[in-house]
Amino acid sequence: MRSISIIGVGCTKFGERWDVSLRDMIAEAGVMAIGDAEITGEQIDALFVGNMSGGRFIEQEHIGALIADCAGLSRLHVPSTRVEAACASGGLALRQAVLAVASGYNDIVIAAGVEKMTDVSSGTAADALAAAADREWECFFGATFPALYAMMAKLHMRRYGTTHDQMAQVAVKNHHHACFNPIAQYHMEVSIEDVNRSPLVADPLHVLDCSPISDGAAAVVLAPTEMAKRFADTPIKIIGSGQASDTLALHDRRDLTTLDATVHAGRAAFAQAGIEPRQVDVAEVHDCFTIAEILAIEDLGFVEKGQGGKATEEGLTALGGSLPVNTSGGLKACGHPVGATGIKQAYEIALQLRGEAGRRQVDEAEVGLAHNVGGSGGTALVHIFTR
Amino acid sequence: MTTQAPRFWRSIPQRYNLKGTHCTSCNEYFFPPRNLCPNCRRGAHLEEYAFKGTGTIITYTTIYNATEDFERLTPYNLAIIQLDEGPRVTGQIVSSLGEIKIGMRVRPVFRILGKEGDRGIIYYGTKFAPILEPSCAKE
Repeated sequence: MRSISIIGVGCTKFGERWDVSLRDMIAEAGVMAIGDAEITGEQIDALFVGNMSGGRFIEQEHIGALIADCAGLSRLHVPSTRVEAACASGGLALRQAVLAVASGYNDIVIAAGVEKMTDVSSGTAADALAAAADREWECFFGATFPALYAMMAKLHMRRYGTTHDQMAQVAVKNHHHACFNPIAQYHMEVSIEDVNRSPLVADPLHVLDCSPISDGAAAVVLAPTEMAKRFADTPIKIIGSGQASDTLALHDRRDLTTLDATVHAGRAAFAQAGIEPRQVDVAEVHDCFTIAEILAIEDLGFVEKGQGGKATEEGLTALGGSLPVNTSGGLKACGHPVGATGIKQAYEIALQLRGEAGRRQVDEAEVGLAHNVGGSGGTALVHIFTR
Repeated sequence: MTTQAPRFWRSIPQRYNLKGTHCTSCNEYFFPPRNLCPNCRRGAHLEEYAFKGTGTIITYTTIYNATEDFERLTPYNLAIIQLDEGPRVTGQIVSSLGEIKIGMRVRPVFRILGKEGDRGIIYYGTKFAPILEPSCAKE
C-alpha cells in the first residue's frame, strides 16, 4: 500500500448561498484545490464526490458526471464517482480517493464534497435529512434528527451527570472558533444563556444546540507521497483511514450513549497510523448537535466515557486547550452542507498542519484528526493526518 | 408527497400487531422482523412472533419542532422502549408532558399515526401509554 498525501485544498464560503448554485460552488472549490496543487486537468486520474441528496435538495442526481463537467473535465472523460453515506458522504469520498491512490490504481485523485440545501424550504430540507434515519421504524413514528440525538443526550445526562450547560459550552466554543474562520457560516459569539434561551427543538436540545442548514463545497487533491513534493511545499500525509458501520436505527444499537461506528473507525485509523489518541494536536469532529461532540471526544478515546461534558467545560477542547476541537467552528458554526462537511474537515486539518490557519492556528500542530458521522451513527469515518 | 400506501400496507402486521420474529437457534427476538439473524445468519431458525408490547422506557425526548407530517402534534413525546422480550423500538408516548420518565413501564395502544391529506389513506399503528399501577412505576 502506498503512502498518500494531500497536495492541494479548496473550500467555498459556507452559508445560505442564495446567489450561487451547486454547480458554481463545486467549480469554485475544485478550481481552488487544483490551483493550490498546481496541477493540470490532464494529470487528474479520478474524481470522487460526496453528496447526500442532490435528488431531494435540487432534483438533480448523477452528481459524479455533473461535477466532472463543471470542473471542465468532460472532454478528458475523467472517471467521476458520487458516493453517499448521509452526512458522512464527504468523509466517504475522501476514503475512496485514499483507497484509489494507496492501491496504486490511480496517482492524482480529487476528493470533493458538495451540498446545496437552501433551494428548498427548511421543512423539505429537514425531511430530506430525516432520510438518513430509519424511515420505516423511526421517522414513521415521528422521529426527527434532533430527537434522536436528544434521546442520546437525555441518557448521557442521566448516566454520567452531563449538564445542558456543558453541552451549550460546545456551541459557545465552536461559535468562538468560527469567528476566526473566514469561510464560516456564522461570525457571531453566543453565550451559554443564549443557547439556553433559544427555543427548544427536542428536549434537551435547543436551536443553538443544532448545526444549521447550509450550502457549500470543498475539495482536496491527493497524490502518492513519493510524488507529492513535486506539487506542494508542505504535503500533508494521510496516515490512517478508518470506516465502520452500525445499525441504521438508533434503538438497535448496543449502547445508546456510544457511537460504536466511531469507536471502530477510530481504532482502525489509529492502528494504521500507529499512534495513540493523546498524540493528536488538533481534531475536527462531527458536532451536528452539541451532544455529538461530547460523544465523539469520548468515543475517539480523547477522554474517558462520560467525561466529555466535563472536559468541554474545563476548556480542554478550546483553542489554547490541550486538544483544540473544531477550530473551523465545526458543523455547528462553520456550517453543515452535509456532503461537503467531511472534505471541509480535511481542508481545515490541512491548513492547521501547514500552519496556515491564521488567528485560529494551533501552535506546532503536527498530527490532526477528522471524524465524520452519517445519520445517528450508522456510518463513521476517521482520518488521521500528519505533516 | 407521493402515496406511501404500498409500503404501509405490506407492514400492517408489524404496525398493527407488533409481529416480529424469534430465532429458535439463539433465542433472540427481533422487531421489526429480520430475514437474517445477525447472530446465526444462515444457521438461523426464524419463526413469527407476536410481541406482548409491554416494555420499559430507556430514553425519551419531547419534540417541539417536527417535520411537516407531525407538526400538528407538537409538542409530543418520543421514546426508545425496550420490549419485555428484548428488542428496542422507537415510538410515541401518549401521556402528559411532565409524566414521562426513564424506567417507566408502558403498554401498546392502537392509534392514528398520520394521514395523506384529507382524502388519502390513514396510517394506523402502535403508540405506547404508561402503565399506571404504582408497583410497576419503578425509578
